Amino acid sequence: MIELENTAYSYGGGELLSEISLKLSPGSFHFLTGPSGSGKTTFLKLCYGALTATSGQVRLFDQDVRDMTRDDHAMARRRIGVVHQDCQFLDHIPIADNVALPLSVTGRDSLEHVADLKELLQWVGLGNRASSLPPELSGGERQRAALARAVIMSPDVVLADEPTGNVDWEMSQRLLQLLIELNRMGKTIMIATHDMNLIRAAKAKVQARVLRIANRKLQLAGADL
Amino acid sequence: MTDFVKAARDFISGDAHADRVVPPSGITARLTTFVSGTMAFLTVFALALSLASGRLATRWGDDLAHSSTLRISAPAGQVAEQTAVAIRVLESTPGIEAVRALSSDEQRALLEPWFGPDLPVDSLPIPQLIEILETDDGYDAAGLRLRLQAEVPGAILDDHTRWRKPLEQAAGRLRLLGWLAIGLIAVSTAAMITLAANAALAANAQVIGVLRLVGARDSYIANAFVRRFTLRALTGGAVGTILGLGAVLLLPSAQSAGGFLTGLGFQGAGWVWPLLIPPLAGGVAYFATGAAARRTLSESL
Repeated sequence: MIELENTAYSYGGGELLSEISLKLSPGSFHFLTGPSGSGKTTFLKLCYGALTATSGQVRLFDQDVRDMTRDDHAMARRRIGVVHQDCQFLDHIPIADNVALPLSVTGRDSLEHVADLKELLQWVGLGNRASSLPPELSGGERQRAALARAVIMSPDVVLADEPTGNVDWEMSQRLLQLLIELNRMGKTIMIATHDMNLIRAAKAKVQARVLRIANRKLQLAGADL
Repeated sequence: MTDFVKAARDFISGDAHADRVVPPSGITARLTTFVSGTMAFLTVFALALSLASGRLATRWGDDLAHSSTLRISAPAGQVAEQTAVAIRVLESTPGIEAVRALSSDEQRALLEPWFGPDLPVDSLPIPQLIEILETDDGYDAAGLRLRLQAEVPGAILDDHTRWRKPLEQAAGRLRLLGWLAIGLIAVSTAAMITLAANAALAANAQVIGVLRLVGARDSYIANAFVRRFTLRALTGGAVGTILGLGAVLLLPSAQSAGGFLTGLGFQGAGWVWPLLIPPLAGGVAYFATGAAARRTLSESL
């Protein structure tokens, strides 16, 4: 699926990540922790080809990122649902259309998926906000919408950067449950988070590995050591 | 051809979703429409100038190429005699279709623009002019000059070459200048639309980022911008062309005043040319925006 081998990433003369090796197998569930600024977001961006490693190899679906064409990148991203920390949307179209955007860009008629879209929006608690524009949503609502957009195509991999950072405990459990359901369907999940309670709650329900980035390197953390 | 028509139809009808991903308003929208309209307006005039120059060059080339003038400058008592001899010589020259000595009234009319209507032609030593119409094959001007030199000493043959060529060249250059102006207008339009497209792409960096994140191909993103800019240019081009044609129609007609400038406009099949301006404006926008979008998209992962 996604494989990093002895990967490093430098920016502005400094090395942010080094000697990173990891293989995300189908159906695996990972948490990624580490202090702020340790490189969790950079690591996730390497995982979906938004950044190019300065050394080492990154393979997405058995293809070396450096050999991928721009269309290959687009095709790979259709198989990877991404939730960014800053949750970017198209601010001029309603949130339901934003969530359905992955369907639109792949040429699928979103009208055929109206029921799925409605159900998904209900699941993330946005059933009554479908016609709202993104700027009208709170931080937590935007995060939920971003997660809904990331999973609407039922992607092979979901990479989520602090997906529960702005939501209450009850909603974070609900979102976690959605990701667990996807994982049970064989999807690969990686969540970058500071929330140890979330990790504990997940580990009670699913076989999850916890990884930690410290001193630019990736390590197994806590109970996974 | 069918594929092209289908592709053009699909492009114009568009993809409702793709159309919506780019925010609908902004200064670039108005700028593109305005620039296309203005450039189309100017193109109509450049086209009118070019076509009018072309007509003028053809007229001078064709009409005057088959006519010559013989001028007889002789003492007053010998003019009639030399005219008669000259006419006889001309009529017996192969390649000359018709010969006619201009009357006093006709000569007065020729001089009238310079000296006024009351010119006493009869009392002035004005040369007698003989109009010569040639056959399609023409005549041997050098041979005729030699014969005239021998038989009509006061005759000077003007086959119009001396002044027709520079006029023809001038008209040809004017026509070329018109086409050059059209080319420059097209390049300027492309440059302006490229600037507008670049501004729109830069202003919509977040839109592009979101689309890439959800797996949109470059072609999908580029088309969303290209289609919008093309339709704006097409609309602006159509409005500019209509206004330009209206302005050309308001120019005084050639019949009422005469002269080159009053003949500026379109005639016959020439009216088809301005109809090509809006699609050309759209085509320029299509390629300019496509190139700008591809360049911008290739710079980001």
